[in-house]
Amino acid sequence: MSATTDRTPDPASTPEAATGTESRESVRRRRAARPRGAKQLDSTALIYLVLLGVVVVSAVLTAVEGRNFFSQGNVWAVLTAMSVLGLISIGQTLVILVGSLDLSVPYVVSLATVIAAGGMKGLDSNLSAAVFNTLVLCAVVGLAMGVLVSVFDVHGFIASLGVGLIVSGYLATNYQGSHGDASPALELLGRSGIAGVIPTAFIILLVAAVLVTLLLRYTRLGHHLYAIGGNREVARMSGVRTAVPVIAAHVMCSLLAGLAGLLLLSRTGVGLPTIGSQGRYDLLSIAAVVLGGTLLAGGKGSVVGTIGGVAIFAVIDNVMGVMQVNPFLKDFVRGLVIVLAVAVYARRSVVRRPPRFAGNRPSLPIPGSTTKEETA
Amino acid sequence: MSTATSSPETPTAGRTLPLTEGSLVQRLVRGAITPGGAVFILLAILFIAVVWVNPSFGEPPQLIRFIGRTAPIAIAAMGQYYVIVSGEFDLSMGAVIATQVVIAGNYIGEDEGRVLPAIALMLLIGVVVGLVNGLGTTILRVPSFIVTLGTMLALGGLVKYLTGGAATGNPVDTFREIGRGGIEDVPVLDVLPYSVIILLAVTAGSVWLMRSPFGRTLIATGDNPDAAGLAGAKVWWVKTRAFILSALSATIAGILLVGYAGVHPSVGAGYEFQAITAVVLGGVVLGGGRGWVLSAAAGAFALELLFSFLNFQEVESTWRNSVQGVIIILAVAASARAWSLGRRPPSRSTPVTPAPSPTSARPGTETGEN
Repeated sequence: MSATTDRTPDPASTPEAATGTESRESVRRRRAARPRGAKQLDSTALIYLVLLGVVVVSAVLTAVEGRNFFSQGNVWAVLTAMSVLGLISIGQTLVILVGSLDLSVPYVVSLATVIAAGGMKGLDSNLSAAVFNTLVLCAVVGLAMGVLVSVFDVHGFIASLGVGLIVSGYLATNYQGSHGDASPALELLGRSGIAGVIPTAFIILLVAAVLVTLLLRYTRLGHHLYAIGGNREVARMSGVRTAVPVIAAHVMCSLLAGLAGLLLLSRTGVGLPTIGSQGRYDLLSIAAVVLGGTLLAGGKGSVVGTIGGVAIFAVIDNVMGVMQVNPFLKDFVRGLVIVLAVAVYARRSVVRRPPRFAGNRPSLPIPGSTTKEETA
Repeated sequence: MSTATSSPETPTAGRTLPLTEGSLVQRLVRGAITPGGAVFILLAILFIAVVWVNPSFGEPPQLIRFIGRTAPIAIAAMGQYYVIVSGEFDLSMGAVIATQVVIAGNYIGEDEGRVLPAIALMLLIGVVVGLVNGLGTTILRVPSFIVTLGTMLALGGLVKYLTGGAATGNPVDTFREIGRGGIEDVPVLDVLPYSVIILLAVTAGSVWLMRSPFGRTLIATGDNPDAAGLAGAKVWWVKTRAFILSALSATIAGILLVGYAGVHPSVGAGYEFQAITAVVLGGVVLGGGRGWVLSAAAGAFALELLFSFLNFQEVESTWRNSVQGVIIILAVAASARAWSLGRRPPSRSTPVTPAPSPTSARPGTETGEN
């Protein structure tokens, strides 16, 4: 980013660099811009700074209630709360990066818990087969969405909303109330952890985050995801097969949602057909992704930022739980946090655009635009 | 597009736009094969199917009651249309409806004198919510998906907190009559629900609005905000007005729903996706710039007819969601093809019609010269 901002003024100034004052002016302007650019934090750093602030405020508020935010049990609770939304949000990051959207995740999560619990029937011997079946089913759901988006040109919003509705209809028709029984080994996994502080679920989240980050940074698929999210037509004309990354992103998103469903199952012990829609994972994961600095239009963002966004949600939820805030008021606070945080963020990301895109900003309220309208 | 207009032998230059050519029948046929027109054909097919299954549905009194029942969702869909055609989303619609319903229930109570102030208050709240959504999207540059998600969570949470999540309050019957009652003893129809009258008024207003400069600018803004801004449109204010219109539509839908559904904070739940589905079914393109406001209303009617059809067929109501999902995917997949076909210049018809000489005067077609 800094490299481009430094380089771009040069070719513009060289043709008209005949006068020394002109170039000195531009140099001075560049020098003036540089320390501000250095002071302006990286978007991911900003998110973690906000997270730090949220943690400090939460610790104070928890202390006021006479409890310790950093107690073993509380850290465990926060990390556990992060793991499910975190896994879903990683998948959502992939889908949003490629320029699509996945509203079907809550239903995929519910589907995963129901299918896995139904397959396990409370026996360890069924564990691997049930997990395999569940993940394959989730991948098929993701594949369907990916094909709809990439081959049939259906907007990701509609494709995933439609597939989600289809799955929800299937769930509502065939499963009433809790279904099946998780295997003891899986339930043990849900309770296990390192030193009673870091739950296994959180380690799974970290592993997934690292793997997806590596995928995005070092593989061709990852680079294609960014390219297609930035501009699908340009990516296509540059020789990228646009269908494959879109489908891959949707499949991975559904797989991660299925994995999140398995984690939920390890805690609940039974499959619940409405657990996903109750958690509102679709909208919250999208909010977490955007909070983490990923552009909703695609093409820019990172998994690291998303994890920060998820952590902010988890900490706020935790402190509201400690303070025994009315559950309905929690939604109010969440809504406010989303809008305020993204408002701070969205302005920055517009400012930080490379200069060649900075010239056309017609939607800003220009004072002289009224006169322009009259003359036109 | 741009290459077509810049080439010297542009066949359409010097004549009217292709869309306004031909006789009325030709134009109707041409309109019917666009996604915005196809929804009316779908509507007709569904109507015939429902009447075939249940002949009494076609009788005027039954039909007018169905239209009255569908009015709230149709009005909400038209509100959502403004926002979608300008290239944004409004997810806060359901929460706005819930807010208005609860306000009506608790503020009016048994006091008839409060009906008019309550309606004024609700409209004011609608304007404020729309303003917040719109300014958040345009001035703060937050994606509309996130702004409206935030207002949805905040408003919905606040309403549920204030009511405790349960039904509270009961507005006086004169207020509920707006959604529930009608003009009795009408010759053919037996009864003319007020909701139908309101729907007709809103529809007429919407058509007028979309033909006004505001409507034209709105569509231009949705198609290409940069170009619209460079052409002198105040993009932020146009989009903000779209959000205000959407919230006002939700308010009207809320007023009507009080009569049908009573006062409960969950009344509006899911209305935003229902409205988006209806709009998309009407062939309006997500991302903005394409679609007709009446098609959005027709999409809402098609959706409700479909549900009626499934009810009459005694399909389990739990499958409703699945059917809705299949329908919107099919509709959007089909319209994605159809719009891209419609965008191409009419290659087959141009050689038949004699193209005017490229050197002849083309008054009024080139905006740069006059």
